[in-house]
Amino acid sequence: MYGVSQLQRQLAEYTSSLFEEGFLDDQFNQLQQLQDESNPEFVVEVVTLFFEDTERLLNELAKALGQESIDFKRVDAHVRQLKGSSSSIGAQRVQKVCIAFRNYCEEKNVEGCLKSLQEIKQECSLVKSKFETLFKMEQQLYAAGGRLPGSE
Amino acid sequence: MESRWSEGGSSTSSIIIEKSMIKYMSDEKETKISALVVDDDAIIRKIHKTMLERLFNMEAETVKDGKEAVDLHLSGANFDIIFMDKEMPIMDGHEATKHLRAMGVKSMIVGITTRGDDKDKEEFLAAGSNHCFEKPLDRAKVQQVLQEHENFSI
Repeated sequence: MYGVSQLQRQLAEYTSSLFEEGFLDDQFNQLQQLQDESNPEFVVEVVTLFFEDTERLLNELAKALGQESIDFKRVDAHVRQLKGSSSSIGAQRVQKVCIAFRNYCEEKNVEGCLKSLQEIKQECSLVKSKFETLFKMEQQLYAAGGRLPGSE
Repeated sequence: MESRWSEGGSSTSSIIIEKSMIKYMSDEKETKISALVVDDDAIIRKIHKTMLERLFNMEAETVKDGKEAVDLHLSGANFDIIFMDKEMPIMDGHEATKHLRAMGVKSMIVGITTRGDDKDKEEFLAAGSNHCFEKPLDRAKVQQVLQEHENFSI
């Protein structure tokens, strides 16, 4: 079983890699700063909410893009919401695809929209598994009696 | 801090009252800046509310569209700062801003958009907001607003 300092190092390295690979940006740091002993599950709660909401939005997007006559305003509204929430949790790669997606909506480019939808699904699935790994590491650290770096 | 202002109070208390823009405050409560977060996304509401309360010691309420924000003010509520999302169902941000200003609401209104272009910003400012930022609302942006709030007078 790993010691606390090893677990802390492992967690720090993994978190750094997520930033380096562009999965997360500084907004995620800001989110972590909002977590404390009175609110110990804040980040997990927000991220869980995000993925629940994303699932709903992706279903809506698939439905909207499957219509014979596509309502691009409706599609854009869904993507806008996803862009906003992904940017607020620091899910940078998801946010970037949303920007491109909105441009395709403006151009009424069906192919572009469909491509973007696939990309978003991929990026969401990727970042979800990254978060799952991150939270598992945090749990292991707590179980070993450690604390997140920077927390009291 | 003693609340002796109701008895005609000390000079310190009257300075605090002058600086405070809050219309309602309970007797022994510390004076906090009140904020209203208006956004149709539950995730955004949760994050912004927690950030304003935790990092800036504000009292924050949330509503999910412009109409709820207007209705809240019609029922007599007032806030120092309103963080207003632009695109929302039922009544969007710049429409709600226009309504609030027409009602005589003098709170600082901070428009929040999801686009980086100037068009949204111009629309929001023309509707009567004091600031406009692109999402996400982060610490630096709130600090910028608060710095201005110090000098903001009704």
